[in-house]
Amino acid sequence: RQVLEEMRALYERNQADVSEAKLGRTDLIFLIRFRHCCLLRNQRCLLAYLYDRLLRIRALRWEYGSVLPNTIQFHMSAEEVEWFNRYKKSLATYMRSVGGEEGLDLTQDIKPPKSLYIEVRCLRDHGEFEIDDGTTILLKKNSQHFLPRWKCEQLIRQGVLEHVLS
Amino acid sequence: HAFFQAWLNEKFAPELLESKPEVIECVVEQLDHMEANLKRAKRGDLKVSVHHMEIERIRYVLSSYLRCRLVKIEKFFPHILEKEKSRAEGEPSILSPEEFAFAKEYMANTETYLKNVALKHMPPNLQKVSLLRSVPKPNLDSFVFLRVLERQENILVEPETDEQREYSISLEEGSQHLIRYRTVAPLVASGAVQLI
Repeated sequence: RQVLEEMRALYERNQADVSEAKLGRTDLIFLIRFRHCCLLRNQRCLLAYLYDRLLRIRALRWEYGSVLPNTIQFHMSAEEVEWFNRYKKSLATYMRSVGGEEGLDLTQDIKPPKSLYIEVRCLRDHGEFEIDDGTTILLKKNSQHFLPRWKCEQLIRQGVLEHVLS
Repeated sequence: HAFFQAWLNEKFAPELLESKPEVIECVVEQLDHMEANLKRAKRGDLKVSVHHMEIERIRYVLSSYLRCRLVKIEKFFPHILEKEKSRAEGEPSILSPEEFAFAKEYMANTETYLKNVALKHMPPNLQKVSLLRSVPKPNLDSFVFLRVLERQENILVEPETDEQREYSISLEEGSQHLIRYRTVAPLVASGAVQLI
């Protein structure tokens, strides 16, 4: 916002000088050009900053999933939240269209699979967790389990489970 | 297998390669088939684990391939959309229809955001910005490793320094090289070489 203010002020001063220059005061041309350069630089920096933030927000979708933790959302502007929601939707539409009737969740299977089941340790209480054959596991802090890899992937990314490499 | 070739090529190429819908469709069908078989199989059968592992592996490669493409689409979106716009009739597309929709949405989303947050508050003569000029292009001069699948004669190699002049080389079948992507781009597209 400050940058925008500065740009506005610079521009107004430039405008005043432009009209003066048109009236024949050619020595002002350099000042006008200089201010224009400042304006362009400000524009570039501002857009670069905003675009970089967008890229980081995009990375959040791939790391955390479609629901962002509150602490992160707190740091985002309303427009950024809107961008995120639209990106989420666009990505979901694309993922649904690929790979058969149900679509393919591209945020899974980030690393090549080494085995079907993996040993995991629970880092914090997460409650009950149901696996494919219907049994439920109670995920209590520090408990260890031998679970199917694909079920655990998201929980590992969220920090609930930890892959134990013996 | 054409699918693994496409996966590796896409992984190592600096630009987005041609979309391969037939290959994808084939793989998806195979996966569905294998999953159906798995559901019918007896529990505890050793073959089940092996098949399951295979399904996971193929699913990983498919995900990796599509993810790689999405990352490139997002990275180079103005250039890719421009290329698509100026594509001639009959030339194959580098984007699948779904990817094209995704790319357009991404562009619109980002443009709207930048306009609403910054550009519309700027002085009148600075309210437009060319994303085509601001977003970096893929670096086609980056070096890639490749293996030659079909013998090629007389490939023209651009000089790197001012003292060199352009020279031509022959690529023997089975040989491996480290070369600038730009020189071999058409060969990757035609399948004459495989990026590794």
